[in-house]
Amino acid sequence: MSSVSKVVPESCLLIVVGLLVGGLIKAVGEKPPILKSDIFFLFLLPPIILDAGYFLPLRQFTENLGTILIFAVVGTLWNAFFLGGLMYAVCQIGGSGLNHIGLLANLLFGSIISAVDPVAVLAVFEEIHINELLHILVFGESLLNDAVTVVLYHLFEEFANFEQVTIIDIILGFLSFFVVSLGGVFVGVIYGLIAAFTSRFTSNIRVIEPLFVFLYSYMAYLSAELFHLSGIMALIASGVVMRPYVEANISHKSHTTIKYFLKMWSSVSETLIFIFLGVSTVAGQHYWNWTFVISTLLFCLIARVLGVLVLTWFINKFRIVKLTPKDQFIIAYGGLRGAIAFSLCYLLDYEHFNMRDMFLTAIITVIFFTVFVQGMTIRPLVDLLAVKKKQETKRSINEEIHTQFLDHLLTGIEDICGHYGHHHWKDKLNRFNKKYVKKCLIAGERSKEPQLIAFYHKMEMKQAIELVESGGLGKIPSTISAVSIQNISPKTLPVARVLPALSKDKEEEIRKILRNNLQKTRQRLRSYNRHTLVADPYEEAWNQMLLRRQKIRHTDRQNAYLTVPANKIDSPTMSRARIGSDPLAYEPKPDSENLPIITIDPASPQSPESMELPNEIPKGCGGLPPSPEEDEEGLVMRAKEPSSPGTDDVFTPGTGDSPSSQRMLRCLSDPGPRQEPEEGEPFIPKGQ
Amino acid sequence: MGSAQSVPPEMRALAERTGFTSEQIEQLHRRFKQLSHNRKTIRKEDFDTIPDLEFNPIRARIVHAFFDKRRNLRKAPAGLAEEINFEDFLTIMSYFRPIEMDMDEERLESFRKEKLKFLFHMYDADYDGIITLQEYKDVLDELMSGNPHLEKESLRAIAEGAMLEAASVCMPRTGPDEVYEGITFEDFLKVWKGIDIETKMHVRFLTMEAIAHCY
Repeated sequence: MSSVSKVVPESCLLIVVGLLVGGLIKAVGEKPPILKSDIFFLFLLPPIILDAGYFLPLRQFTENLGTILIFAVVGTLWNAFFLGGLMYAVCQIGGSGLNHIGLLANLLFGSIISAVDPVAVLAVFEEIHINELLHILVFGESLLNDAVTVVLYHLFEEFANFEQVTIIDIILGFLSFFVVSLGGVFVGVIYGLIAAFTSRFTSNIRVIEPLFVFLYSYMAYLSAELFHLSGIMALIASGVVMRPYVEANISHKSHTTIKYFLKMWSSVSETLIFIFLGVSTVAGQHYWNWTFVISTLLFCLIARVLGVLVLTWFINKFRIVKLTPKDQFIIAYGGLRGAIAFSLCYLLDYEHFNMRDMFLTAIITVIFFTVFVQGMTIRPLVDLLAVKKKQETKRSINEEIHTQFLDHLLTGIEDICGHYGHHHWKDKLNRFNKKYVKKCLIAGERSKEPQLIAFYHKMEMKQAIELVESGGLGKIPSTISAVSIQNISPKTLPVARVLPALSKDKEEEIRKILRNNLQKTRQRLRSYNRHTLVADPYEEAWNQMLLRRQKIRHTDRQNAYLTVPANKIDSPTMSRARIGSDPLAYEPKPDSENLPIITIDPASPQSPESMELPNEIPKGCGGLPPSPEEDEEGLVMRAKEPSSPGTDDVFTPGTGDSPSSQRMLRCLSDPGPRQEPEEGEPFIPKGQ
Repeated sequence: MGSAQSVPPEMRALAERTGFTSEQIEQLHRRFKQLSHNRKTIRKEDFDTIPDLEFNPIRARIVHAFFDKRRNLRKAPAGLAEEINFEDFLTIMSYFRPIEMDMDEERLESFRKEKLKFLFHMYDADYDGIITLQEYKDVLDELMSGNPHLEKESLRAIAEGAMLEAASVCMPRTGPDEVYEGITFEDFLKVWKGIDIETKMHVRFLTMEAIAHCY
């Protein structure tokens, strides 16, 4: 069955499913539902666009913005007029009842069908993993041509009702294009800034952070649509503007939530759209006219190819990285039509456009053709033409450093040449951003954090989480596996040498201790009360016991799998994650009085402590002789949420740990050397 | 401006060597004269007259790269030149030329290598052909020099993380005792393999008049 999915893109299969469902409904005698334009534009389309806009690869997008705009605006205009004009000619010539279709109606038809559809492009291009440049070109075009489509659509619809179309009307129409597109972007930017600003204050209500992102974006869309501005551009603009600031402000969990919700909604929407397309095909009234349909199809293809060729020839004069003929072919071939065209046509009312059914039929035919034929054949064609595919490399810290370095280098060279180019303006924008905007929109300390540091923290977090989630049974991320600090700087600071090799069981003990804390934190999260976020003590104890039994069973299959090399200084997060990832049983220590207390807080990007942490290591692991106070203080850290007393996360480690292990624990666990022995008593009764 | 009527033979030789067109050479020559205040050579101090360069965190390295004799200017003795003439100026600029469509694979490959070598020399401050951890840290320090609030330790951690990554790419199987000295040029090439340097490392050289001013 997997071979089917290799050949046929998902969108085709979904349409077929829709056809079957529609056929089934009809066979039963009921009337199948049709994809109503309201539902489509208000509920099905926004999630997909928001998902695309929020995760838009901004760098490539802005680098190719000129190209994308030319394709989107000029290309769509060309398609619309070429197609409309030719169809009018066909209508006049073709006889067979087509004479009554006027020029405006044909132009309207042309404008509806000429727009490349983002949903279809996404659906098909996602699967073929084409290189980023082509992907962003076709996809960007499909997003930005919405403005053109909206303008042309409304324009021609209005004009069709006029007696006479004057030059003034045409000029006004031309101007309205700017209003629509720039207005849409403006609305989006405003809402994006408001959302970013709001997210600055959400540190106490983390739970509803994702909601702001969704709501403000949707409001941007609705507001734009209300005024007949381009809703899609508003949505994209708001997503793009809010993203860097919101991501700096919100918690990691909110970020994950947003990501998954967006993906989920857009997935569902896409599926529904294609299925509905299939059903509507069966359900709708059709009027098949051979001439009209076939010529539409033909001219669509010809218009697209011609448009791409001419525009590329023009664009290549200004581009540094030219578009090769292979690229041009893919761009032309990737001009898929989809549900937007269908819905726009459906919106036409019968009175003024009594040939609506014929239009619908033609549009559906074109959609089917592009999605099925072009969608299915594009993958083998990509392979055949050996088009460059997307590099599967993960974003690495090296790449980030090099990219930044290169940016500065190129900006410098441009300044030396005296040429205000692309890099110069980008640099200026960045500086403006850093100086003024970030201060307003990002909460607290994060506003000063440079991009590289933020990126590094994000990566650390990701690796830490990966490790923890893999639960010790999975693969170790490659960076940690083979190479260690030892390899790159063996003659390091004496700091490294201080930690002597620990005996095996000491290691075991330490790991057990730290791991259990991680467990505890997990349990706390389970009993979630959204107002107070405090765990229920009795439930805790019960769960603890169950878990313990489970873990005992589990341990028998587990070996300690990560040795802690003696003279290794890891990044704190990595070590935290490493230790937290192999589960072992918890065993309460018999003597529990007067023991230092650990509370551990798994890594989170917000805590300013995570920045201070690197300072801890040299202090704690320095070659200091263990002072008696140090022994007592040793392992206490500040918990992140000032939890009410008697709650979780309190734990008592074993006694009499040698100073070295104390120090190591200090090194390897979380920040905050402050001592708070009163913080809580061991809350699990011993011996239970 | 930019007339091609009288193309002096040196200009033609320059054009051939560096790959610029004659209009571009004229344009750059004008800029050179501006920077050098109509003298024949540029000194390091002349770069200070460019206002926008102040904000650049790695400006020291960039200026340094212009004066590095052996590697970038391809002249014999190693060390820094006191001043550079127009030919040297052009040589450095030629590293930033964009690729042309009609280049064949071999030329593309060598072009790519040249660019990467230039970049490598910018990282490798002591000219020993290896980027050590300390040098990498220095690069990072410079990059982040615009942020006074930064902790030194985080930079250290980042540098180490980056080296670890580079090491794991280049020497995937190492025992605990083997020492990874630093990033050699081959390793550097490997790290950059995924990124198309030729599409990124270029500056648009104009053929028309549009030069910024300096003091």
